[in-house]
Amino acid sequence: MSQPILKTEHLTFRYTTEEGVAPTVLDGLTLSIKPGEFVAVLGHNGSGKSTLAKHFNAILLPSGGKVYVDGMDTADEDRLLDIRRRVGMVFQNPDNQIVASVVEEDVAFGPENLGVPSAEIRERVDAALAAVGMSEYARHAPHLLSGGQKQRVAIAGVLAMRPRCIVLDEPTAMLDPVGRREVLDTVRRLNREQGITVVLITHHMDEAAQADRLIVMHDGHIMADDSPAQVFQNVDGLRTLGLEVPEPVALLYELRQAGVDVPLTALTVDGCAEVLRELLE
Amino acid sequence: MAAIIETRQLTHTYSQGTPFEHTALDRVDFAAEAGEYLAIIGRTGSGKSTLIQHLNGLLKPTSGQVLFDGTDIWESKERTRQVRCQVGLVFQYPEYQLFEETVYQDIAFGPKNMGLDEAEVDRRVKQSARFVGLEPGVLEKSPFDLSGGQKRRVAIAGVIAMEPQVLVLDEPTAGLDPSGSARILDNIRTYHQEKNACIILVSHSMEEVAREAERLVVIHQGTIPFSGAPSEVFAHGDELEAMGLGVPAMTRVFARLRAMGVDVPASVYTIPQAREAVLTALHRGPRKAGTGAWQPPSGKKGVE
Repeated sequence: MSQPILKTEHLTFRYTTEEGVAPTVLDGLTLSIKPGEFVAVLGHNGSGKSTLAKHFNAILLPSGGKVYVDGMDTADEDRLLDIRRRVGMVFQNPDNQIVASVVEEDVAFGPENLGVPSAEIRERVDAALAAVGMSEYARHAPHLLSGGQKQRVAIAGVLAMRPRCIVLDEPTAMLDPVGRREVLDTVRRLNREQGITVVLITHHMDEAAQADRLIVMHDGHIMADDSPAQVFQNVDGLRTLGLEVPEPVALLYELRQAGVDVPLTALTVDGCAEVLRELLE
Repeated sequence: MAAIIETRQLTHTYSQGTPFEHTALDRVDFAAEAGEYLAIIGRTGSGKSTLIQHLNGLLKPTSGQVLFDGTDIWESKERTRQVRCQVGLVFQYPEYQLFEETVYQDIAFGPKNMGLDEAEVDRRVKQSARFVGLEPGVLEKSPFDLSGGQKRRVAIAGVIAMEPQVLVLDEPTAGLDPSGSARILDNIRTYHQEKNACIILVSHSMEEVAREAERLVVIHQGTIPFSGAPSEVFAHGDELEAMGLGVPAMTRVFARLRAMGVDVPASVYTIPQAREAVLTALHRGPRKAGTGAWQPPSGKKGVE
């Protein structure tokens, strides 16, 4: 079995403030993510999920415990460049991540910084834009693109660094329904077709439902770590944490409360319709 | 009933006379009534932000009119100023606009600018803090020491403190977790009910607008193709899909069921409605489509 691409051991994190003492954001997290996994992380605002994400490519370093990226300790400064090459980050606001005035130059920014030879940069940029379905926009100005297209350019910029893992911190929060679907489809395809490990931080339950594995965070702890179908069965538990379940599960839960015998495992619209068809026919 | 805010043949063209000329709104007639809760849905770039910025005079029409209470908001400088206090606009991610030293001062900024005396400003700050559920202790804190959800509620309180008759909110729940979103939507509903204010909610979540609004207005490529009660608007499922909007998850579940030949109603868009529909169908016993009063949608045959 290959070694985990991301691993934390008793990871603790506190921000330092002027007063010196700060609340603990991450409290002894131990977690391991295998290459090729698609993991979603849910948690209320302030649960520590973004802080965790920023540990995965050494933007933040642990106050206690360890974080390993592909076996490399993130506290080891000599490995910083290697770590950032392995794990790329995509953030919420696409406008803050785009630096160039032409799409392909923006995508080339990462590999240029890595000192990749120019012929190879060309090749990487073309491949990255093709992978996110944005080849025809290579010469466009990024500010004229839609939100979903901008996020796909941001993902292409990360892909051009040839990472093994992409961490996305609420990449769809500012997007309309089409933009959300474009980004999610792109991420799923990269995971399936190129085997890239995906860590998706999200507030959208329907996005979390598409992952292979779902981690629920609360006050710096991991409260659940299982398949989405398992995690979303605990409707009351999630609601206590200020979270929700996908709408199909919420409906099935209501029906169960009304005494109808239906399973809670249908996370999607089609799955839910199938359960109801069996019930009603 | 008369509209409190209305646009007549409103057109807005950006960068007119340059190669970047772009018509964001094209002869739009939009109206909202006093005390109404309506939602605007549309894709990014559909013109919805341009429209709401006209409602309190942040943008001036290229042609056409914006009326508040029946008179043109651009009639005089004084009129425009008045309308800016009567139509409150909460932008996307409003927490980035907090700037004062304390939460109290930040909320007080608007009412102070209106020239209200100190006692009235104080009353309004406290009342709007209560509306958005901020503890009195928070008022003396720096806004920058608050959580994201709290900051957003401070920003909304700052607009509510002007006691606008029309409150426009551009994606007030974007980026918030489910309980944070539910709280903000609760705050908005409270303001709507207690002040009988008109609410105009801009949202990308079809589930959210289905739950909250009495009426939906769809914006697409600078025009309003249709508007109406959620049940009427979501009946245009295919057109909404083509516009990149879609319908709520529950509506899709029921469309799927009907496509499979199960006899369930079409106009379902919230979980309580879905629950009722399923329980009613169960109670009535199994029945296939085409055997009852149910009519298959035009062009599709019921499955036997």
